[in-house]
Amino acid sequence: MSFIVDYNCFTPLGTDLSTTVGRLEAGISGIRLFEDSGQLLPSYYAAQIRGEVCTHSGYSRLENMLIRVLEPVIARNPVQERSLLLVSTTKGNIRSIAAGEPVNDAFLPVMAENVARHFGFRETPWVLSNACVSGILAVAVAKRLTDAGIFDHVYVAAGDEVTDFVLSGFAGFQALSSGPCKPYDKNRDGVTLGEAAAAALVSKAPGLFRVAGDGAINDANHISGPSRTGEGLYRSIRQALTEAGLNGPELDFISAHGTATEYNDEMEAIALDRLGLNQVPVNSLKGYFGHTLGASGLLEAVISFESARKGLLYPSLGLETLGVSKEIRVIREPENRPVRYFMKTASGFGGCNTAVIFEKLN
Amino acid sequence: MNKTFYIQDYCEIRDGEIRLNGENIFSAGEDTFSGFAKKAYQDLDLAYPKFFKMDKLSKLAFLAASRLLTPESNTALVFANRSSSLDTDLAYQQTIRDKAAWYPSPAVFVYTLPNICLGEISIKYKLYSENSFFVFENFPAAFFPAYAGLLISTGKAEEVLCGWVEMLGEEYRAFVYKVGNKGFAEHNEQNLNRMI
Repeated sequence: MSFIVDYNCFTPLGTDLSTTVGRLEAGISGIRLFEDSGQLLPSYYAAQIRGEVCTHSGYSRLENMLIRVLEPVIARNPVQERSLLLVSTTKGNIRSIAAGEPVNDAFLPVMAENVARHFGFRETPWVLSNACVSGILAVAVAKRLTDAGIFDHVYVAAGDEVTDFVLSGFAGFQALSSGPCKPYDKNRDGVTLGEAAAAALVSKAPGLFRVAGDGAINDANHISGPSRTGEGLYRSIRQALTEAGLNGPELDFISAHGTATEYNDEMEAIALDRLGLNQVPVNSLKGYFGHTLGASGLLEAVISFESARKGLLYPSLGLETLGVSKEIRVIREPENRPVRYFMKTASGFGGCNTAVIFEKLN
Repeated sequence: MNKTFYIQDYCEIRDGEIRLNGENIFSAGEDTFSGFAKKAYQDLDLAYPKFFKMDKLSKLAFLAASRLLTPESNTALVFANRSSSLDTDLAYQQTIRDKAAWYPSPAVFVYTLPNICLGEISIKYKLYSENSFFVFENFPAAFFPAYAGLLISTGKAEEVLCGWVEMLGEEYRAFVYKVGNKGFAEHNEQNLNRMI
């Protein structure tokens, strides 16, 4: 069995978990309007980290984010033998190619090695780069590795930044929201990008949560749009439920992907409806953090760990009128509820989907 | 967890040549990768026009997988390389370099993720299965047996298509192979180091 032993995040709401969660519980969003900030887009909404990130010299901004999110976790749980660093990112140090050259820092293994060396990991780090499911798929990978005894402890660290590269790309897709994103709302009009880092220690040693089941199934349908029937997400959740020995309604809440694009949110509602999960409370945390790409799956899992630990469900920010074709129970107000089982899902470009179910242990 | 799995078929692409199980099945002679890929597509009779919209990494992965997969099988895809999608990232970066006249192309941007090549393969062969793309400095001869073995032994997949697909400029290399319960060689680090 595999357990979540420790976790942390580094976000626009705070440089650690307790600050981030405190602000989130106060209903504060990290999203704001940027105008004439020197980026390619003259104005855009995003959740960006303000203040000094680079407190460790010799490392890039993203490496600093990864180092700082790991620091308290590693301080409490020092790196031992048979420990792996698993880094999840989509674009890594992509800003380093601004001049158009493939510089050394742009290679993901170089970035991961810089972070691993900082903490004295002996094993070569692994990097998982699987679009927007990367962060939560990394938890599934870590769970399998510890279950099988290949490693005893896997430190999962996920991070991505808001850059001209991704802002312009989503703008080119006409996929950026005109205001702060509104997951599952009738008037949702696209993604708000965000940046963050998150970390979790997955270990064979008992911890606060058990990783109870996972599934990651491709839609086999389209590279830049989700399946209309939610096929891959449906199959991913079904596989995770089967492994966890659950039917579905036992889940106390679901932290879904909820990017606030028309197609993603509709697809998720269809998949949840097909699984009979209409009554399970659901949130998207994108209204607080924006879409943090390769960090999002792990960041939202980490926030969900706090939610489960406290028995307090977090509302999905940005929802006024439900605007998906199937009835789902989106959390609108903070809700006290003892939590045993909960699920994190994500979907991404390339048709990928992932669902991971956690059990809170007493 | 110590169950042994086996390498079944394998395909290599490098230097304008495609080899299936060690036998040459196509050579293009001197050419760019794009020229090579077009000729290979025609010669292998792939009849899949979406091929021409793909980026170079997807074309490489698609060609290498084209003789190895059974449609609608429960075959997971576990691929890796060194440069992620950097080849296409650099192409995309060119389209936004000029702050006064930038023109981001969605058709290019979508390929700035390495796992898109797995999506392309999944669509073609209707694989409702797990995709994962890892990035390592060098060919990870210990990683593939460990991770592919896990996917089969935990019931996540019946077979796994493993692939190293490196693409940066005109430097390209594919080594893609299928792993299952039967095959000609044990799927272990030693054999992979001999084959790569």
